[in-house]
Amino acid sequence: MARLTEENVRLAREIIARYPRARSATIPLLHLAQQQDGYVSNDAMVHIGELVGATSAEVFGTASFYEMFKFEPVGKYLVNICGTMSCALMGADELIHHAEHALDVKLGGTTDDGLITLERAECQAACTEAPCLQVNYRYRFRVTNESFDRLVDDLRAGRLDAEIPPHGTVARVRQRVSADRIVGAVAPEDVTDGPTWFDGKAAL
Amino acid sequence: MTSYAHAPGFIAGDRPQIVTSRFQYDDSFTLERYLATGGYQGLKKALGRTPTDVHDEVKNATVLGRGGAGFPAGTKWGLTPQGKWPRYLVVNGDESEPGTYKDRLLMERDPHQLIEGCLIACYAAGLSQCFLYIRGEMAVAQERVATALNEAYAAGYVGKNIMGSRFSVDIVLHWGAGAYVVGEETALIESLEGNRGMPRLKPPYFPAAIGLYGQPTIVNNVETLANLPWLLVNGAEKYTAIGTKTSPGTRMVAVSGHVKRPGVYEIINGTTTFRDLLYGDEFCQGIRNDNQLKAFVPGGGSAPWFTPEQLDLPFEASQVGPAGSMLGSGAVMVMDHTTDIPRAALTLTRFYAHESCGKCTPCREGGTWLERILSRIVDGKGTDADLDQLLEVGESICPGVFPHASSSELGLSAVPFPYRMNTICFVGPSAYAPVHSALTLFRSEFEARVTKRTRIPVSGSVS
Repeated sequence: MARLTEENVRLAREIIARYPRARSATIPLLHLAQQQDGYVSNDAMVHIGELVGATSAEVFGTASFYEMFKFEPVGKYLVNICGTMSCALMGADELIHHAEHALDVKLGGTTDDGLITLERAECQAACTEAPCLQVNYRYRFRVTNESFDRLVDDLRAGRLDAEIPPHGTVARVRQRVSADRIVGAVAPEDVTDGPTWFDGKAAL
Repeated sequence: MTSYAHAPGFIAGDRPQIVTSRFQYDDSFTLERYLATGGYQGLKKALGRTPTDVHDEVKNATVLGRGGAGFPAGTKWGLTPQGKWPRYLVVNGDESEPGTYKDRLLMERDPHQLIEGCLIACYAAGLSQCFLYIRGEMAVAQERVATALNEAYAAGYVGKNIMGSRFSVDIVLHWGAGAYVVGEETALIESLEGNRGMPRLKPPYFPAAIGLYGQPTIVNNVETLANLPWLLVNGAEKYTAIGTKTSPGTRMVAVSGHVKRPGVYEIINGTTTFRDLLYGDEFCQGIRNDNQLKAFVPGGGSAPWFTPEQLDLPFEASQVGPAGSMLGSGAVMVMDHTTDIPRAALTLTRFYAHESCGKCTPCREGGTWLERILSRIVDGKGTDADLDQLLEVGESICPGVFPHASSSELGLSAVPFPYRMNTICFVGPSAYAPVHSALTLFRSEFEARVTKRTRIPVSGSVS
């Protein structure tokens, strides 16, 4: 619904400046839009297109390829239960079955209070700690039916607010580089020679 | 044999540690700890030598790529065309192969080691900018690497005039948004250019020739780069003293599934066998409940399966390849005798069908067909014709014979890796690999699942 806020436009320009081509910032800016609104709105994609020099269709074309981007609001917490091999061997299907009953939603659905959206995810790179899940991309390992129920209670009671930001925020730390330390991005067509330090001599 | 509450999954042992030596510290990701434990000394050594010299050191060490293909990093760096500038480094931290996780631990637990590795690679190969691409779902890894980069920039280890030298390079933290296929290096580059993450047509086979923005680009895996600081401090000779000549050093391997002590282990490359890993005291200590081992996937979800007959093979590509599989990304998934094989195959095939980018028809259509046919077999609605149909669909993705393990019980001899393929990348063949392995090695389980259908005669007269 919303274009990027003034503060986010400033941040967007800072991100774009790091790349030799503005289009490379498309995915980071889509994350920024999702952080702002909880999902990626049409207006935000039009705005991102203006910022990186792409049509809104091109931005949507990119965005729709990637699973993390949602184009409709989801719950405050996105619970992704891994269902791939190692987790499946250790009971992921049964856990998903339990979760559907406990939350009274089907996979892809959101609880009536709008708090939790349940999805099955593919391998989350925690295979030895199976079955695992992520809440807004924060891990829970070796999940049992009981620990799942406790997790839901904690989420509902707001006890995990400090650890788990609302859906849309992935990393809470951003790269920040001061002007006096950055080398700076140059468009490839403006570079004709190798780096000055790459002259066959030692740099130190 | 120690595990740490701050690094769930990782298990240390009494073995050389090249990339995991700092995992013992709960603050291993801070600059302070990194510097207190020899951090940035490899870079300092590198900067005191010429780039060619550093490149030679890496070449001499035969640092094999840890992403899956096992291509030596030093050789890869040498593939960039002369006189074409700029050249880029793209770090592949889009780890998502089923069963694999080591890059996530390396990024979460020792981000400075990775940063130092990136800088050494840039210096040796004349790469003027580095893009560190981290998988979108890895929130903590992104936070740790971002924090480490901010610290390293402020302290003069990244950016302008690194460590007071003439060497200057930027590292840009970039992150994805959920797509397995982006782990393929040309898809990674497409994604980094702001596009859908679809692999590029080949040739050129290596982005070292034409990569990011059409420029020479080196794509290296996180673990590969994490090896470089140790290598520069200790030298190629000490590096190659560990492991074997063709597979030197260590590598990180995640063993998951039905074992007593699943974990991520830094093992000695080339000599450690699958039996050591699955049954050894310092590793997984056997199959859960002392069950029988039925099968295992030796190198990530894409790899053809092995059975107990292959347990004595070492982590050595030149032996695992001829035996019919691959080492891939260092992930072993173990199935005990209680495993429902058709269902296990479905789980893996569903993954690859789901993750197909849709560019190549054999993968887009074939993967989906494989998933649907397997689903109905698992649901008890399959027929015996479905089994041949699976192989026929597979044939359209990978023509000719497909690699598989030997089996004395079934009287099968091994068909060596690799396979031929009708697709640009390995996602399509990977959807077929579990189906083919399961059907070849455990056909009776499928036959028990399907109904025999009597053919209705189509010729002759009705009398």
